Amino acid sequence: MNQQSKRADVGSARLVATLAFAGFLSGLIIVSVYEATLPTITTYKAKVLREAVFKVLPGTVSLQRLVYRNGKLTADEQAEQEEESIFVGYDKTGQLVGYAMPGAGPGFQDIIRLLYGYLPAQRRVVGMEILESRETPGLGDKIYKDAEFVANFDALSVDPEIVAVKKGRKTGPNQVDAITGATISSKAVVRIINEANGRWLPRLEAGQNPVNDLTLKSMQDMEQDHER
Amino acid sequence: MVKSKQDAYQEFIKGLWRDNPVFVQVLGMCPMLAVTNSAVNAVAMGGATFFVLVASSFFVSSLRNWIPRQVRISTYIIIIATFVTVTDFTLQALVPTIHKELGAFIPLIVANCMILGRQEAFASRNSVRLAVLDALGMASGFFLALFALGSVREILGEGAFFGIDLFGPNFEPWVIMILPPGGFLTLGLLLLFFNWLQERKQRLVQRLDEMEAESP
Repeated sequence: MNQQSKRADVGSARLVATLAFAGFLSGLIIVSVYEATLPTITTYKAKVLREAVFKVLPGTVSLQRLVYRNGKLTADEQAEQEEESIFVGYDKTGQLVGYAMPGAGPGFQDIIRLLYGYLPAQRRVVGMEILESRETPGLGDKIYKDAEFVANFDALSVDPEIVAVKKGRKTGPNQVDAITGATISSKAVVRIINEANGRWLPRLEAGQNPVNDLTLKSMQDMEQDHER
Repeated sequence: MVKSKQDAYQEFIKGLWRDNPVFVQVLGMCPMLAVTNSAVNAVAMGGATFFVLVASSFFVSSLRNWIPRQVRISTYIIIIATFVTVTDFTLQALVPTIHKELGAFIPLIVANCMILGRQEAFASRNSVRLAVLDALGMASGFFLALFALGSVREILGEGAFFGIDLFGPNFEPWVIMILPPGGFLTLGLLLLFFNWLQERKQRLVQRLDEMEAESP
């Protein structure tokens, strides 16, 4: 009863004003915090990605970002879309080591994002790093916690394609020992790499040797970048 | 004066033990079960909830005379959501690895009924001082509960505590403890323990009453 009479006291204008004001204030606070934390977050993400590149391409000391644009691979450090770019790794003498390629796809729980190193000369995957996953703790998360599984990707032939087999049944150079209890997650990783290969390998072959496209100056810049 | 000090102390201490949000009120079960698979995650989640609850209680209590009753719940949610978003960005910038582990559960603090419950049941009806004390108590209680669950599950499920190996390579971890069933199991046993404590206390009080009745 008491509530009923109270309700009559407050006009709808006041209600709308209260909510609008609260929303405005909240928006203001959120935007300022977002702006304040964004540089740190972006820097961290970029750092994680760079570190991952050095990890999946052993021997790399400098790297360059390549973007696939208008049917061609071009060097571009400020690529907006992560999905459409790969990294080229060079060793101390400036020789091409290989490519680090990102891939993403659905796992058991959520999207798995990963990065893997690929050597075009040997047509082999030489390292794989999971960047983001929410696989089941204790089972699916072994795709990055289980050193044995990760080691599968240290020298893996991509021809004709990578296949996940039951643990201990690995015979061919293109086979991966799946994790017991996490078959779906293991297969997801293999599928993501196969898909990324399907997308990038033809482009790499068509582009032949992208080293020719790079000017010497940009290479020196990169090396300094890395030393810094 | 003495009495009000006593009251204030009561408001703080009740959340820790007598009205513990997890073990007694059984609120906020979603984050409780989902992110307590390691002690670090539990601490991070507890800390985030702590900040959100205390800050929201402070604001709700300060503004309680200006918020019309009809829109109070929506206003509380806006206040809570603001602090949750702030926490989300801050964690992402300061401790990105932990933020990655907690994932979707930080934004989901908005839906933690323990927080909204405290605003509606306490902060909106009491002075700022009492509201903050109540929030501090409840948040500490929630923090301790998460920590207890996270520690048990990490020690049994990974054989480690805060990532430090405890039992050496020969220990076979009980993987089930860090999976969802382990959460339910541990929570159930802890609830059992709390209820047993309460029942024992009640029996003691009853026996004392009986003795008093018989003695004269």
